Amino acid sequence: MRKLTYAEAIREAIGEEMRRDNKVFCIGEDIGIEGGFGGAFGVTQGLSEEFGHERILDTPISEAGIAGAAIGAAIMGMRPIADVQYGDFIFIAMDQLVNNAAKLRYLSAGKIKISLVVRIPVGATGRGTQHAQSLESLLAHVPGLKVVCPSTPYDAKGLLKTAIRDDNPVMFFEHKLLYGAKGRKETIDVSMDVPEEEYFIPLGKADVKRKGKDITVVGLLRTVRTALAVAKRLEKEGIELEVIDPRCLVPLDEETILQSVKKTGKLIIIQEDNLFAGWGAEIASLVSEKAFDYLDASPKRVGPPCTPVPFAPVMEKYYVPDEENLIEGVKKIMG
Amino acid sequence: MNYRKISQDKLIGMYTTMVRIRQFEDTVYLLFLQGEMPGTIHLSQGQEAVAAGVCANLRKDDLITSTHRPHGHAIAKGVSLKSLMAELFARKTGCCEAKGGSMHIGDIDAGMIPAIAIVGGGIPVATGLALACKMMRLDRVVISFFGDGASNSGAFHEAVNMGAIWNLPIVYVCENNVYGASTRVNKVMKIKDIAERSSSYGIPGKVADGNDLFSVYEAAKEAILRARQGKGPSLLEYKTYRRGGHSRSDAGRYRPKKEKDFWLAKDPILQAREKLIQMGILTSEKAKEIEKKVKEEIEDAIDYAKKSPSPEPEDTLTNVFAGSKV
Repeated sequence: MRKLTYAEAIREAIGEEMRRDNKVFCIGEDIGIEGGFGGAFGVTQGLSEEFGHERILDTPISEAGIAGAAIGAAIMGMRPIADVQYGDFIFIAMDQLVNNAAKLRYLSAGKIKISLVVRIPVGATGRGTQHAQSLESLLAHVPGLKVVCPSTPYDAKGLLKTAIRDDNPVMFFEHKLLYGAKGRKETIDVSMDVPEEEYFIPLGKADVKRKGKDITVVGLLRTVRTALAVAKRLEKEGIELEVIDPRCLVPLDEETILQSVKKTGKLIIIQEDNLFAGWGAEIASLVSEKAFDYLDASPKRVGPPCTPVPFAPVMEKYYVPDEENLIEGVKKIMG
Repeated sequence: MNYRKISQDKLIGMYTTMVRIRQFEDTVYLLFLQGEMPGTIHLSQGQEAVAAGVCANLRKDDLITSTHRPHGHAIAKGVSLKSLMAELFARKTGCCEAKGGSMHIGDIDAGMIPAIAIVGGGIPVATGLALACKMMRLDRVVISFFGDGASNSGAFHEAVNMGAIWNLPIVYVCENNVYGASTRVNKVMKIKDIAERSSSYGIPGKVADGNDLFSVYEAAKEAILRARQGKGPSLLEYKTYRRGGHSRSDAGRYRPKKEKDFWLAKDPILQAREKLIQMGILTSEKAKEIEKKVKEEIEDAIDYAKKSPSPEPEDTLTNVFAGSKV
């Protein structure tokens, strides 16, 4: 085994799938330019040297064009991986994703497959309001799109390989602070052992990141780290958190969450996506509808206020849910 | 231009396609007015020459994308009348299994993806189809049909530029029918010809008379050949006019009578008929026969649609995802 960062794990998944299947290709801005960035976060660095510029296809700044071209290519049987730099830029491509990627199969009597991965970096990282949003709830609301949100290098690689082979449009969310960029003090180091042997993680299978008997905490992307850190702190106080990472919002592994809540009787969701009409509300509703009798307290959500993501470090810190916010939530739910 | 170079069969075929589109739409319009069909419709009467003349240059495995006004394109590309009529009647045997309706007709097996009813939204997808044709080393050509209104959208700019820089096997076919819904084209662009926009992308642009079947055919032939030879895309602008309103409920009161009369007199089917008769390829009797044959086809299609079952309410749940139910 060797340690890989989140970005390296994603790059390795792309490389393996491109080597195996010449239908797989990457399309996006600044992804293959020599001496360039390898995408906004270095993920595709070096891939154009191996695969050439036809398969690591640099584009104009044209997000609707990128998404539309990827959809068209997917209809023909290609397996594009589209890169939109910052997730915030995806709004320009939204018509393509929502009206075409998500619906053309439905409209085609099932004859069309849209085997498309869109890589969407999200999360607040000190860059202000248009380079910071968390969009996973928004896209999870669109019928016809799958939504994947890995929190570790291992999950990122295994899920991305599955996503590339999936015959549906998959919105693949990556948290910018997890990439492992060197020299950035806010980076969260999540590098870990990742097997060299090939493996896959099915879409729609949650992972219990930590077992515990007292409270079920559901996090996604960066907030899984926050939950694990809090679990470690509270362990000393004798409170055992069970940390569940759904890994996918669509399809959602309801069973793993319900099983956990049936055991603990308590549910806290921690999300970086603002709370109103967000994915945490969906999980709270799921548990209320299907495990109400097991609940000892009403489900609790910890997350940002319904505001744009602010720039000032003090405000951003206030906005993004942190360990203290989660601990507060735990204290409240413990009564 | 020597039209005699075009085979008689092809000329009669294109003419028949135009008649088929006109009769289909005239009939469908009545069915809507009579309340037999649900939903809404956007008709293309007056624009038949574009669909027929462009698609006559295509192979079955070539691809087209269309718009909210897709009947003509679908018929010209060879989507079966029965499956089209069944879709408009919201029957399970429809080309979208009754999930699309008039604005989304298409059949990938006939080379037409479901029509995309967001103005401009199909142009990037068409570009992607062409990108795949190039990457997969296929000699297939893609036609992106859109209107004058779409050429003002950002999607048009992004997609045509991409098609140009990558030299893709695609022809961007703009049907300038003078109005985007009720807005006249001169109110929303300063240029006279949309084809001028091709110069922004470094690709050929050409204006042709969209009501003249022969001009349509010739311009498309050249652009499609160019695309198939790997020489890249072109932008064709066909000047045409929709005879009816924007949609079912639009009486088109915003159109000056003089303008409307001018275009109605330039009817593409009448013009083609006259020319074909002059050329000795068609006679009045033969034209009547064609109309009669097409009428039967359409009656058959209506009969088929009416006899087809409705979808089950729960069919709502199918084909959202490949490989699994909702």
